[in-house]
Amino acid sequence: MSALVAPMPSSAIDQDWGKVLRWGLICGGALIALCLVGMPVELDRREIIERYLSLGYVSVLLIPILIGRIAATQVVLEGFESRKQGLYDLVTGLIVGLLGGGCLSLLMLALDSWNLRDPLVNWSPKLFRFLTYENGMGFGAGAWIVTCGALGLAGASLHVVPAIVRRSTGTVVLSLLALSVLEGAVDDLSEGFGLDWLTDLMYAKKGGLTLTSTIVVGAVIAVVSVLTSGRVKAVTNRYRDMQGAERQKASMILFAVVAVLCIVLPMFLGKIMNELLANVGLFLLLALGLNIVVGLAGLLDLGYVAFFAVGGYTTAVLTSPNSPFFAPELHFGIALIFVVIFATIVGLLIGAPVIRMRGDYLAIVTLGFGEIIRLLFMSDWLGPYFGGAQGITNVPGVDLGFATVKGTDPRSVFYLVLFFCVIAIYISWRLQASRLGRAWMAIREDEQVAEAMGINTVSAKLMAFVVGAVLAAFSGAVLAAKVGSVFPTSFMILISIIILVVVIVGGMGNIAGVMVGSFVLIGVLGGPKQPGLLQEFQNFKLLIYGMLLVFMMLKRPEGLVPSARRSRELHQEEFLQDAWLKGDKSDADDEDEDAVNVGDGGGEEE
Amino acid sequence: MTTHAVSTKSAKRLVSVDRFLTFIRVFLVTMIIIGLLAFIWQQFDADNPFARWRNPGARGLTGDQFKGLLISGLSQGSMYGLIALGYSMVYGVLGFINFAHGEVFMIGAMTGFVASEKFNANGMWESNFLLCLALIVLMAIFFSTSLAVLMERVAYRPLRNSPRLIPLITSIGVSFFIQNLVLGLFGPSTKSYPRLPEWLSKQRSILTFEIAGTRLLVLVVAAASMGVLWYIVERTKTGKAMRAVAEDKEIASLMGIDVNRTIVTTFAVGGAMAGVGGILWGLMFRSVTHMTGFLPGVKAFTAAVVGGIGNLGGAMAGGISLGSAESIAPLLILEPLGVPGVSQLKDAVAFTVLVLVLLFKPSGLFGERLSAEERA
Repeated sequence: MSALVAPMPSSAIDQDWGKVLRWGLICGGALIALCLVGMPVELDRREIIERYLSLGYVSVLLIPILIGRIAATQVVLEGFESRKQGLYDLVTGLIVGLLGGGCLSLLMLALDSWNLRDPLVNWSPKLFRFLTYENGMGFGAGAWIVTCGALGLAGASLHVVPAIVRRSTGTVVLSLLALSVLEGAVDDLSEGFGLDWLTDLMYAKKGGLTLTSTIVVGAVIAVVSVLTSGRVKAVTNRYRDMQGAERQKASMILFAVVAVLCIVLPMFLGKIMNELLANVGLFLLLALGLNIVVGLAGLLDLGYVAFFAVGGYTTAVLTSPNSPFFAPELHFGIALIFVVIFATIVGLLIGAPVIRMRGDYLAIVTLGFGEIIRLLFMSDWLGPYFGGAQGITNVPGVDLGFATVKGTDPRSVFYLVLFFCVIAIYISWRLQASRLGRAWMAIREDEQVAEAMGINTVSAKLMAFVVGAVLAAFSGAVLAAKVGSVFPTSFMILISIIILVVVIVGGMGNIAGVMVGSFVLIGVLGGPKQPGLLQEFQNFKLLIYGMLLVFMMLKRPEGLVPSARRSRELHQEEFLQDAWLKGDKSDADDEDEDAVNVGDGGGEEE
Repeated sequence: MTTHAVSTKSAKRLVSVDRFLTFIRVFLVTMIIIGLLAFIWQQFDADNPFARWRNPGARGLTGDQFKGLLISGLSQGSMYGLIALGYSMVYGVLGFINFAHGEVFMIGAMTGFVASEKFNANGMWESNFLLCLALIVLMAIFFSTSLAVLMERVAYRPLRNSPRLIPLITSIGVSFFIQNLVLGLFGPSTKSYPRLPEWLSKQRSILTFEIAGTRLLVLVVAAASMGVLWYIVERTKTGKAMRAVAEDKEIASLMGIDVNRTIVTTFAVGGAMAGVGGILWGLMFRSVTHMTGFLPGVKAFTAAVVGGIGNLGGAMAGGISLGSAESIAPLLILEPLGVPGVSQLKDAVAFTVLVLVLLFKPSGLFGERLSAEERA
């Protein structure tokens, strides 16, 4: 093992220049790709700090910081003395940033001298103007090289400065960004509470923070973060270390707070925010279902959208007067019974043939089924029953007697979705620790061993499919009632993949993780067709989803909020290695949660 | 070479699912047989009551129509085969489905579009078509190969020893990312290849088969690529190394084979094949978008499974059978069964073939070739 450790450089001169160069070129490549994808120009419309900084520039400026930071990261090996970080890393960051800025300047030069508009749609004078600050070539190039160098340096210096400085600057920058980016949400919320004057003061008319408010708010946050430094972590640690009854009590309090927030908050929110919450809820419901199939039972179902479609179409056929073949115009509640029945049947039908297949074959076959179901709904063959490409329109809302839930009133939709989400969360929570849930986890870990232990793997897997199918079908039913129509194009494979990203980013096999995942991804970036808080990202969110999926798989496969058991499975080898290095073999089987922190360092050394 | 370690299942309690599966098998086969019989009857005697039972309007096919369908199926299928080779090789060596391989194919087609349009703009496409063709093929191979190698280096190498679903999910992410990157770079519009010269695209008649010149070109190029690949894998030292790594990575490295380099070579060769496939796609359908890689990719994987994954000849044969099945089966089986608008169900047929093969012969028509650990 010791042969793998690179010799430690002592001064800034004997760097690993190859590595620095490589990261510099990566930085440049990322910057150029970003520009040519059109992100900066499109995001330029959104102001962060009025007149001084737009989201477009932020998106460009973040890259050198990030890559500077990554390039200066050193691999820390457990059990080996690690080098103190210092000047050496700063030089790395600086050079990486400078190289990035240089690549950007080359792009500018190319933009100026050739016209490649033909294949590359974003090769435009607009991009050139954006990059040069409308001040001409020389100024732009100089400015970018200097800024990128400085930012690379800043990124690298994150490793060097004392923790408290790092943490508070990080908090200030991130919260300012969040405040400005989530302007819509903050506006909406403060209006509900009658605090408009505060937001009027903080935000400029055209959007974005004003310069003064930036400074004031930044200072306030800095003070707060210095004062509370370490407290938050201490509280979460205490929560994590709690045992038994105490933990249960804390969980109950947490749960009660969340529940009250969920019920009260929407009353103060406007239409757009409620619509957004309803979308988050719809996807949360789907993600909870997929979490059971993928997260607990380990069956990678890529055709999950099929069940969503079944729910939507069943509701539409049974409740809409426009259903082409059979229109009983049932009440939503009664239709729901049939939704459960049909979802179960389809779950069994799709589940049965794939149940014996290898995990990866299962993924592709379910993908095929998802596509087949969409094609069937779209085809002329079933067209007379399901309306073909025209779909089924005029699906009525949910009549509750005292109120009607329909798409024009997103608050009511949110409450309906919330109701289903609560059911789903309860089901998942109860199932997780049940006999069936443990059987699923055993199957996920090793199917043959599970079978040898006497678990009926076939029925357990089928159950996973069915439970997942029913939850997805609920979501589909609500979607049909909310939108008032169903079309085959509402059920693209894309949805399956987005839900998969939500589950994986949040944390496979963990309910809290899935909730965080859907709030962060669907709420902020938006679903396949539904806009999120960052509406400007509409065209780029799929790109970001793809990147996130790869990134999470490489760096943190257990997700943002990992389930303890799952992360132990994923990092078993590192675990054993650490234990071995510490010379304490019993540690390896310890039921301990600190696997969470192990994930970041490994896999980098070569 | 019987596979599926799950066959160790203990008998009795699984009966209901097995019964159901048997039912599905019998049902599907019966439907296929009925459709086929009705079709055959129709061909002999259009007024036969059995033939008209489900679909009185069916007219059957003339010999020329049938040949046309067969040719289009074959040429389409040979493209699937070319892509399937990449899936099959990677699966053979690393044991996971490189879902993003379809995107490698799409990049090939996209490169072909960009280059051929530039050639067209300065008139070279017309005046010196063959040179242009050679150039765009080389460029497509270059870009596809680089993409495949880059993918391996960035996304898959760090995951070499993780559970098999992890690289699969990663590859889904890679595929998603590349699709949307291309969408961002080149825009959402459908890109059309420039018109092919008359002497190439005109109809020719070979052995009573009417065949468009482009399709002939596709078949010839696919066969040639297959030949080159066969030579590389079976006759060169690199190929031997690839086969050894596919068999057992650890033993191979003990024998002095550079496993990393061999895996990169595998990705590169697969990428090159996909690049060629992409150009052929562009020449045949003359249009490409950022989504071009998705369906052909999934179908090519189907083809690899149909032929037996890990088996290169099988991948090509699987591609050809899948292509012909999806072009002929809708008219041959579904139409006599009274299904309207059968051409819409082309893709559904391809996926049904996948399910059928996995239900009846999970190891594929020609047997899979995997190392022991990957079969589990």
